[in-house]
Amino acid sequence: MKRIKWSRIYFGFILVLMYLPIFYLIYYSFSSGHNMDHFEKFTFSHYQDLFNDNRLLAIFLETILLALLSSLIATIIGTFGAIAISQTKNKKGRKTLLALNNVLMVSPDVIIGASFLIFFTFLGIGLGFGSVLLSHIAFSIPIVVLMVLPRLKEFDYSLVDAARDLGASTWQVYSKVMIPAITPGILAGFFMALTYSLDDFAVTFFVTGNGFSTLSVEIYSRARQGINLEINALSTIMFIFVMILVLIYYVITNHKTHIGKGRAQ
Amino acid sequence: MKKSKLFFLIPYVLWLSLFVIAPIILITINAFKGEDGFTLKNFQQFFVNGTFLRMTLNSFWYAFLITLITLLISYPIAYILSQMKNQQFWLLLIILPTWINLLLKAYAFIGIFSKHGLLNNFLKLFGIAPANILFTDFAFIFVAAYIEIPFMILPIYNAICDINPAVIQAAYDLGASKWQTFIKVLWPLSKSGVESGIQAVFIPSLSLFMLTRLIGGNRVITLGTAIEEYFMTTMNWSMGSTIGVVLIVLMVIVMLFTSSDHHKKKEIKL
Repeated sequence: MKRIKWSRIYFGFILVLMYLPIFYLIYYSFSSGHNMDHFEKFTFSHYQDLFNDNRLLAIFLETILLALLSSLIATIIGTFGAIAISQTKNKKGRKTLLALNNVLMVSPDVIIGASFLIFFTFLGIGLGFGSVLLSHIAFSIPIVVLMVLPRLKEFDYSLVDAARDLGASTWQVYSKVMIPAITPGILAGFFMALTYSLDDFAVTFFVTGNGFSTLSVEIYSRARQGINLEINALSTIMFIFVMILVLIYYVITNHKTHIGKGRAQ
Repeated sequence: MKKSKLFFLIPYVLWLSLFVIAPIILITINAFKGEDGFTLKNFQQFFVNGTFLRMTLNSFWYAFLITLITLLISYPIAYILSQMKNQQFWLLLIILPTWINLLLKAYAFIGIFSKHGLLNNFLKLFGIAPANILFTDFAFIFVAAYIEIPFMILPIYNAICDINPAVIQAAYDLGASKWQTFIKVLWPLSKSGVESGIQAVFIPSLSLFMLTRLIGGNRVITLGTAIEEYFMTTMNWSMGSTIGVVLIVLMVIVMLFTSSDHHKKKEIKL
């Protein structure tokens, strides 16, 4: 009994530690001071500054747009890739595809960023929204493939034959039989791609150029200049945003498993 | 069916060749590019000039320390989590901070570690005068470990959950002590999770140049920092590419090493 208690204390301690920096930021976002040393007076002024900061708001919206667009495209190409891999009967070919797929998963971000920078310069693609979007699509595809593949492995291919026997066209086989069966994997892949994109700093930093900036890059350049409580206010907003996103994700996935269970019964 | 297969394969292969194969080839070409054509000068500089070798050793040492600390903290957490009620909820609580932007968390530590920040206020209670914490190796390793912990917990937790509880029970029934059960049963069976956790932490630890800048105050120089500097500040792309290629080769070696190791173990088990 005593051992369990100690383990609970340890667990709680680490959990508190995990959240301490986040709540530290949120706490000082309401302080009227200029640093995170002691709390002066309660104020919303940093939030006012934040909502009047058009540059930051534009970057915030662009970051979200970038994340949604890149994960959508990455999900499509990644799902295609997963289907292509699962249909590759040649064992060696499949292994090669999978190995190449994992290259970007195991590469350090600086290498990905640097090599993409060389690549874009080589092709003469200007640095900006386009190059960042292409990079985000590129590094999100492998995780989508990895999320969709297990679902395809479970997929019963005799269903395809059955659909064909019943007169389904190729398009119908995919849209009505296969895609619905692997949707949970596709959704998981989409959300992973979304978090990859929202969270990325290192790759974006290399390929962003001067005109375009994402939230991570902007926070970095501001944080290098020292403490600015507007960033604290921003982190409160981001925290709430993330909570909403997580909630949506859990509602969707729980809903799906519910449907799945209902069918099984 | 053949046609539809090509339809799925083409965009994917296009991505593979453009964003996986082409960049690797280009960075390799760049590494060998001098003012007039092919040169080995960069590699010569890397291996003869001691600073680069020291830096490489340094970054692997830091990455090793970060991985070790993360593992020591995370393994017990993963185990405790696997024994709890409402595991999904607690797991979510652990993963949630990873969705908060990494830069925001690093920024928080600038405040926490500052001269009159939270940690120094806490240390004051014990009569330790304001210590310089920010811009030290300790600060860098601490923040890096903080950021990587959830990525270590998750795979280990999954591996522990896959273990049949009856196996642990059997070990106890056969008279094994807690320590013996851990060493002989729990650890070997959760080793795959530990391995993927190490991979998930070690590699990103090499490229945390933003932390070396914000928290390490340019005192900690890793390979990632050097690559960033050569590409973004001094604009010496070929030297930056050289460091990149060395890093890639080192990682391939490490991975070949660990994967062959993996196979051997599987064979023994069979």
